[in-house]
Amino acid sequence: MANPDVAKLETIAREGRVEILRMITHAGSGHPGGSLSVIDILADLYFNRLRLDPARPQWEDRDRFILSKGHCVPAQYYCMAKRGFFPMDRVITLRKLGSRLQGHPDRVALPGIEAATGSLGQGISVAVGMALGLKLAGKAARVYCVLGDGETQEGQVWESLMSAPKLGGPDHHLDNLCVILDYNGIQLDGFVKKILDLEPITEKLKAFAWAVLEVNGHDIAQVDKALDQAEANKGVPTFIVAHTVKGKGVSFMENDPEWHGKAPKPEEAVRAIREVVGEPVPQWAQPIIAELSALGKK
Amino acid sequence: MAGKASRAAFGEALLELGAKDERIVTVDADLSKSTMTGGFGKKFPDRHFNVGIAESGMIGLAAGLALTGHVPFACSFACFLVGRFETIRVSVAYSDAPVKLVGTHVGVAIGEDGYTQMGLEDMACLRALPNIPILQPADEIETRQAVAYAVEHPGPIYLRLTRQGLEPVHEASYRFRFGKADVLRPGHDVTVLATGGTVWYALEAAEALAAEGIQAEVVNVGTVKPLDEETILRSAGRTGHVVTVEDHSISGGLGSAVAEMLAELMPTPLKRIGVTTFGESGDMKGLYAKHGLDAAGITAAVRKFLRR
Repeated sequence: MANPDVAKLETIAREGRVEILRMITHAGSGHPGGSLSVIDILADLYFNRLRLDPARPQWEDRDRFILSKGHCVPAQYYCMAKRGFFPMDRVITLRKLGSRLQGHPDRVALPGIEAATGSLGQGISVAVGMALGLKLAGKAARVYCVLGDGETQEGQVWESLMSAPKLGGPDHHLDNLCVILDYNGIQLDGFVKKILDLEPITEKLKAFAWAVLEVNGHDIAQVDKALDQAEANKGVPTFIVAHTVKGKGVSFMENDPEWHGKAPKPEEAVRAIREVVGEPVPQWAQPIIAELSALGKK
Repeated sequence: MAGKASRAAFGEALLELGAKDERIVTVDADLSKSTMTGGFGKKFPDRHFNVGIAESGMIGLAAGLALTGHVPFACSFACFLVGRFETIRVSVAYSDAPVKLVGTHVGVAIGEDGYTQMGLEDMACLRALPNIPILQPADEIETRQAVAYAVEHPGPIYLRLTRQGLEPVHEASYRFRFGKADVLRPGHDVTVLATGGTVWYALEAAEALAAEGIQAEVVNVGTVKPLDEETILRSAGRTGHVVTVEDHSISGGLGSAVAEMLAELMPTPLKRIGVTTFGESGDMKGLYAKHGLDAAGITAAVRKFLRR
């Protein structure tokens, strides 16, 4: 959108980092690294892009968002709570028995989640189907899908990458579809480059007939500009390669595969949050630090 | 076989239903000539999608279409479709996306193509998912009505269809009822529960058994899941002996479902007839004889079962 309030979105993303660390610490398990790498992208999507109505999660004309890398759902839960899908205090029920905030996105349990994901490679297929479905129904709504880089090793991803630019043509080209790659370079077992390198990813996508853009996934202004460009692209779906840092914002988590799928201990979370918010600790973050400090003493 | 294959009846039914209901779309993975959605595709080219040989992507695509208000029929050979179980499990079942899964070319009945093309474990896989019913119609009239039902079913559902022609087992007045088994031939000595293409052979076997003085009650289990416990228990309670017949692995299909149900609710002597090995190439007649799925095989199994 023209002239996004970048400072506001950065503030939201900062609060998002704090809530991500808070909820994963309470849960005692989860995926902080990829949640922290994707939060700036989600902040722009949820607070400057997606046409949603939390009061009507099934509104037919809403934009669809699918987090194909479902394990990073803490970032999405924060955004959903912030947009009013549920109260923010619920985030600490993440992964607990009876909570709607399942360890991976659950469409049936939580209105506002568009598809169950977490089995990697599937979300993008569903996103392509939704983009096609919306076009067939004559809807102007758009579909956004965030892919993980490790996830992009899945064969099913390439089935969708191959079909999306062809499907729907010539009357219903899927230019309502935008896929964003959270390219943080790390997967569970280590570095993507070492395990199964995706490069040259932009050339591959171009060869597959996608409109391809590259951005710094932590520069919200850049992300927003790319999403504008994606909306302007006609006749083709858009693929945004967002270069990110795993664990972004927490020095001891950044670029360390260790933090792909490990919850911080409460004292580590407090240290991480202090780093995210800076000194002096703003008033809104103080109760969270107190809460986590108390959790550590239990 | 003079009758129509259930895949052919499916293709025709879809064409009729599609003319009345614009929500209906088909997705295929390069087998539309075999799954019989080609006619639909010719008539409604803008509602017919072929993703190429990419079944996982096809199932995910169908889920997306279903979740945006369409009624997608996702079609392939049963083995290739349900072979992408993980996508069915998450994107269709767990997401509760009302996709109509259609698996054709089921059982050893497909013959010459051999094991890799035979749907033999599809019911076992899908029975493990809490919300996908399994319909296996036995003839043309049942297939047409089952397809119409699938359109209206509010959630995901699976249709298990044959390549081979099926002799009619129902009267013209037949009315499909979801979740209901129907007694095709009454009898008091043994209950024969059959499904799909084997129903006709069960009826033939009952005829042969009658000549020997054994009155078999033949029940068509068109809905394998959820199982019609009431009808099956009523029949089993009268006959005291139950035989199941299916062109599917002996593990996880109709026989297993019946065994589980009877063991819990009313332990009854049971004989399961199904496929106990991998399939292989050959003619259908020979394969049915080999696996005991033809009338002679069912007759012999029932005779032996009652004599024990």
